[in-house]
Amino acid sequence: MERKLLTKDSYRSLITKLIGQNYQVVAPVKKDTMIDFLKISSFDEITEDYIVTVSSAKTVAFPRNEKLFDYEKQNKKLTQQDYDFDSIPQSVLIGVRPCDAFGFHSLSSIFCWDSIDKIYTTRLERTTIIGLSCNKSDDYCFCTSTKGSPGSTAGSDILLTKMTDGNYIVEIVTEKGAKLVADFSDLFTADGGVDKESLLAKVAANFNVDDVLAKINSKFEDEAFWTEQAMRCIGCGACAYVCPTCACFDIQDESHGGKGHRVRCWESCGLSLFTLHTSGHNPRENQGQRWRQRLMHKFSYMPDRLNTIGCVGCGRCSRACPVDMNIAEHCMSIIEN
Amino acid sequence: METQNIYLPYIMQIEKVSEDAPFVKTFRLKFINPEDAESFSFKTGQFGEYSVAGVGESTFCIASSPTRKGYIECTFRKAGRVTTALSDLEEGNTIGFRGPYGNVFPIDEWKGKNLLFIAGGIALPPMRSVIWNCLDLRENFKDITILYGAKSVADLVYKHELREWDERPDVKLVTTVDPGGETHDWTGEVGFVPTILDKMAPKAENTIAIVCGPPIMIKYTFPILEKCGFADEMVYTTLENRMKCGFGKCGRCNVGKTYVCKDGPVFSLKQLKQMPDEY
Repeated sequence: MERKLLTKDSYRSLITKLIGQNYQVVAPVKKDTMIDFLKISSFDEITEDYIVTVSSAKTVAFPRNEKLFDYEKQNKKLTQQDYDFDSIPQSVLIGVRPCDAFGFHSLSSIFCWDSIDKIYTTRLERTTIIGLSCNKSDDYCFCTSTKGSPGSTAGSDILLTKMTDGNYIVEIVTEKGAKLVADFSDLFTADGGVDKESLLAKVAANFNVDDVLAKINSKFEDEAFWTEQAMRCIGCGACAYVCPTCACFDIQDESHGGKGHRVRCWESCGLSLFTLHTSGHNPRENQGQRWRQRLMHKFSYMPDRLNTIGCVGCGRCSRACPVDMNIAEHCMSIIEN
Repeated sequence: METQNIYLPYIMQIEKVSEDAPFVKTFRLKFINPEDAESFSFKTGQFGEYSVAGVGESTFCIASSPTRKGYIECTFRKAGRVTTALSDLEEGNTIGFRGPYGNVFPIDEWKGKNLLFIAGGIALPPMRSVIWNCLDLRENFKDITILYGAKSVADLVYKHELREWDERPDVKLVTTVDPGGETHDWTGEVGFVPTILDKMAPKAENTIAIVCGPPIMIKYTFPILEKCGFADEMVYTTLENRMKCGFGKCGRCNVGKTYVCKDGPVFSLKQLKQMPDEY
């Protein structure tokens, strides 16, 4: 893989020029007490003081709410205004951790499963992902248990790794990444040959996700196991909202007078109304069944149907959980039980 | 309709509304755009998303047969938000429709066989599509028997079509109502669908059974078919699970790893027995 060097001053110039050229630049920004991906208008808004952001980077391709089309009703007649694909901006997403970058692979597998969701794919196609290797981690991180690593290039177009002098090793991963480097070639200099591995956080692999995949199907019928696993779960759905691979959504209408739009918005399999039929019947009527769905989807159905794992080991769900459920611990108990 | 947007519905005009039972209506829908009418096709068993702008979308089957060209029909019971809004609409109104989605009844594989249709209540609509499809290709099949039951006489849907089937010499129709649901002039059977089926003791040889109904009816019907000698791969049903997208993305309708929207809604009893009890 081609490597270059980007000094911290050149990094500032790169971001400033991208903003100047009307790219939508989305970066980790500290807002109140939280750090999240937001559109920036100046380099100084960026922070690097995070393990992972609160929400994942998926919002760029799969926003919390997406207007699918507009409609208008007049005298019994319905007219529709299709989604404006031209309105999707060229974006550069920076500071994306390798776990998040890999999350797009899982998301894409869902949004491209036979019927292509062009809204998602166009958003992703128009986004250049500049990843940032992890030089620190915390106890919630478990990417090395789910086939990732703090310096993995998978999913990034360009991966930056910060060196001790504040400059960055640049790894050019995709053609899209190469194009961006070529467009600003004067900012990138020859690689100094610094050892990347020595700069990365050490994330212990506490389990191997293949063992979860091998075991989880045999646990499906074990109702007592899932009941116990979900005993603490309050069904708030926060885990799905912060997850870089959760794609479940609802479709709702928003109207003002005769005009409005159909909206796709995030939802969660953990919510009790998610599968409720109008008749009152609910195929997943208790939280144990809903928690089972969450884990089976990630570690059984996605591997089986889409040949990918639905978990990247970012640990966001565990950090966000108000009752301190830790998905890595749940994975380990699947292996052990 | 030239679009890359898989969520954008066709616009359809309600050409005809019929009231089939208390709270149950059937719409005949026509495409507003002639090109859509030209390019649209579906097969029996498939479903769609019907929408009222400002209220939302609702999932149900296409209740008409693909042999009847130029329109589609849907039958729904006024139950939730969207079906209530649909129910308030009149002829001439326009609604949204996305589809067709899902798999189909394998009627090509049923050539030369007897067909036994067993339906309960509001589950006749998905079966009506395949019944008419088979009746329109009548020479492809041997004996056709329809057993249909509802709570009461009033709850039997498609009454005029039941009469039509009853009068056809090439169809054997048996209708039944739950005990207490009969009227003084009721000439059909009285009893639950599985009970009547047991009494009919249908021959399993060279026969395909298609079963649609509420879960409780299905639960008691399968063992009777088994008793009559029907092999699991000769019995078909359709599943209904809550859906939003219809194409495997929104994450609701799966039963284990099986997606009702993509792998179904039509399943054989053999497939059903391999699926977990999550529907």
